[in-house]
Amino acid sequence: MPSLHLEEDARNGDARPLLETLKISKDYPGVKALDDVDFELRAGEVHVLFGENGAGKSTLISLIAGANTPSGGEIRFNGNAVRLSSVHQARSLGISAVFQEFSLIPQMTVAENLFLGAEQTRFGFLQKGVLRDRAQEVLNDLDFQLSPGRRVDHLTRAEQQMVEIAKAFRSDLSVLILDEPTASLTNHETEQLFRLIGRLKEQGVGIIYITHRMAEIRQIGDRITVLRDGRFIDTVDAGTTSEDKLVRLMTGRVVGQIFPDVSYAPGEVILQVEDLHTSEGSVRGASASVRRGEIVGFAGLVGSGKSKFAQACFGARRLSAGSVTFKGTDVTGATTQSMLDSGFLYLPSDRRTDGLMMMRSARENMSLASLTTRPFSNGWVLDKRAETRTAGDLADRLNLSPKRVERAVEHFSGGNQQKVMLARSLTRDFDLIVFDEPTVGVDVGTRAAIYAFIAELCEGGAAVLLISSDLPEILHLSNRAYVFYRGRIQAELAGNEITEANVLSHFFEREAA
Amino acid sequence: MASQTDAAAKETKGFVIVLKRLFVRLGILPFLLAIAVIVFALISDNFLTGRNLMNVMRQSVYLTIVSLGQMFALLTGGFDLSVGTVLALTSVVGALTMASAYAAMPDAVWLAILLGCLAGVAAGSLIGVCNGIGVAVFNVSPFMMSLGMASIGFGVALYLTGGVPVYGMPQEFGDSFGFGTLLGIPTPLYVAAVILVALYLFLNWTPFGRYFYAVGGNIKAAGLSGINTRLTLFWTYVLCAMLAAISGMLLTARLDTGEANIGASMPLESIAACVIAGVSLRGGVGRLENVVLGALFIGIVQNGMNLARIESYLQTVVLGALLILAVIADQIRLRFVASLKD
Repeated sequence: MPSLHLEEDARNGDARPLLETLKISKDYPGVKALDDVDFELRAGEVHVLFGENGAGKSTLISLIAGANTPSGGEIRFNGNAVRLSSVHQARSLGISAVFQEFSLIPQMTVAENLFLGAEQTRFGFLQKGVLRDRAQEVLNDLDFQLSPGRRVDHLTRAEQQMVEIAKAFRSDLSVLILDEPTASLTNHETEQLFRLIGRLKEQGVGIIYITHRMAEIRQIGDRITVLRDGRFIDTVDAGTTSEDKLVRLMTGRVVGQIFPDVSYAPGEVILQVEDLHTSEGSVRGASASVRRGEIVGFAGLVGSGKSKFAQACFGARRLSAGSVTFKGTDVTGATTQSMLDSGFLYLPSDRRTDGLMMMRSARENMSLASLTTRPFSNGWVLDKRAETRTAGDLADRLNLSPKRVERAVEHFSGGNQQKVMLARSLTRDFDLIVFDEPTVGVDVGTRAAIYAFIAELCEGGAAVLLISSDLPEILHLSNRAYVFYRGRIQAELAGNEITEANVLSHFFEREAA
Repeated sequence: MASQTDAAAKETKGFVIVLKRLFVRLGILPFLLAIAVIVFALISDNFLTGRNLMNVMRQSVYLTIVSLGQMFALLTGGFDLSVGTVLALTSVVGALTMASAYAAMPDAVWLAILLGCLAGVAAGSLIGVCNGIGVAVFNVSPFMMSLGMASIGFGVALYLTGGVPVYGMPQEFGDSFGFGTLLGIPTPLYVAAVILVALYLFLNWTPFGRYFYAVGGNIKAAGLSGINTRLTLFWTYVLCAMLAAISGMLLTARLDTGEANIGASMPLESIAACVIAGVSLRGGVGRLENVVLGALFIGIVQNGMNLARIESYLQTVVLGALLILAVIADQIRLRFVASLKD
């Protein structure tokens, strides 16, 4: 039955919205997460939700996906008011969401995950063969190159996302919600996803798409709805709306320029790496150098070895060959502790799993890497008053909001969590700071603040190493850049050579010259 | 009339909110303590006497010291099931050493006591060293490691004694460390107080103390922040066993014999004391002073039930129920935290 309706909807898509919310709101004690938001989704369109962290995007999709129930207003699906009390119920109507955190069971196979909760049985026994065949069918339909018998924990993150998307197709699909789906995908995988989205559009599926990336909005978006502080701001056409206007709508102010002008004053070489190999093989013979007073960019695909290279220099990864010289001393194979003590800091890309103690206070998270140095302690006894004072100063400097350093980090928004972690770079005098994907999942306002912060560090005489999969960051911030490909350095670019075309041309296999 | 009931309703509602906030802030322990004190005071006239309360404190000393060690294991996101065995092994080795030293040189009483205590604590700590190596170096889960060591230690203790209590320790040992008092306060309380102050300073005022929270809070972040996570984990289990061993020596003094059968209830009771005191089973959260209260609470419940003449078999039922209640309360508290998120 749903497929028949679908075709009808696709034809009259413009006339009647597939799904709409009327004055929908969601209250949490003391906070209005959503306030009278109107939103409509037509069949066969990609509707982008756009807004800063905490603007209400996640709340809105959680209501549409049935993960939360609204406090006011209503949701209409195919013109009828519906009450979505569970994800399961929404799914049975054809509304499926792929959240950033996957709901897959790692120890189970692809097929078992696909039909979890809807297993086919005969006389109470699982029909494993049938499940496998049906899983293969779904995967074939989607053109996913995945074997249904593989275990999910053996898949890459992109493949896991495919499984998550495929789950939405086990019954007929009419609304698909994608929450920053490309955050951890390589370019190739992203293109694959976009092709799939294109096919879904043709089939009349309405897609709600959350992203922070302008380029993606241009590429696949049809319409954009902007939210700010839980309120509906505007719905605009994706093709004709300028980036400046979008940013203005989102932030409510004019963000003149996101990227600061940095004046580089390259000094002496502070880090010199020769022919580095990591023992697990992710880096295979890379050499690079970093000077004081410059920002060096590391570009490359996810998994190209650019993060692993920096981690290996920092002592967080085992080396099998090569040498690392920091400030003129050979530090090959040193511990992270001695690297920190000699003035080298690495800030990881995944703040939740590698960076922060989520249940501890912002103060303790800031001071973590400098506990044995002044002013935090004399090496043996902590000076908590100085710690509190320093944390307060850092919160002021980075504009932490709310400015409460005793609050557990998990209660801050993503952008502010990032600020807490970045604050570590100011807890002692570091000579070299590595920022690994410093703006992942961070809104434009905070991003501008982080860029300004990085520029300030560089102008203050520190060396900065910026690892990023976001090309504009490399283009605008670095005065020298290395492009990584499969554990090796493909190119070194300086100054005016750092252009989009130049960097991109080295992202992939070099043509046989 | 109507407005009166309205006002009353508003008042109770305000009261409930205050209670809710208190609960979120302080956890379940203050409520349980208050309820226990009130109930036992009503049941028995003897409960709220100075003598009885001093008695409770003295009886709780052993569990308190073990719970402090257990807290370190829980803070780093693990736990130690071998604390009971540590008590038993310490008691047996300590008593055997002390008795033979005393027999060899009957004049050097205090030397014998010192040797016995050192040998006992060393034997108990050895279990912690094994746990620490297993967990920190070989990444064995704390559950399997401490469970295995519990079996090994218990077996060794029984093998050494053949299951028979060890006699022959000097009278002075029991007199001073088991039954002795100083200024009217039992000596074991002084030992506990010294340990408590030292650990409090260590945990809250030194960088190394902070590392235990960091390792439990996020072990990767701790590693990237220059903290030696393996060393921290190693010391966690050594410290835990060392504290259990000290508790074992004190208990041996009280019993006047070395026993392989003591401490069987310690793993459960020490974990219960910590959990009731709000130490998170996921690691990274917990306060030392609350753990002391948690252990005292268990002591109070046991003492109260004794005064109320509740059978000891039923007492273990109550204890298990309290542990589960505390974990459920912690879950409810987390839900409230999310809703009050302030």
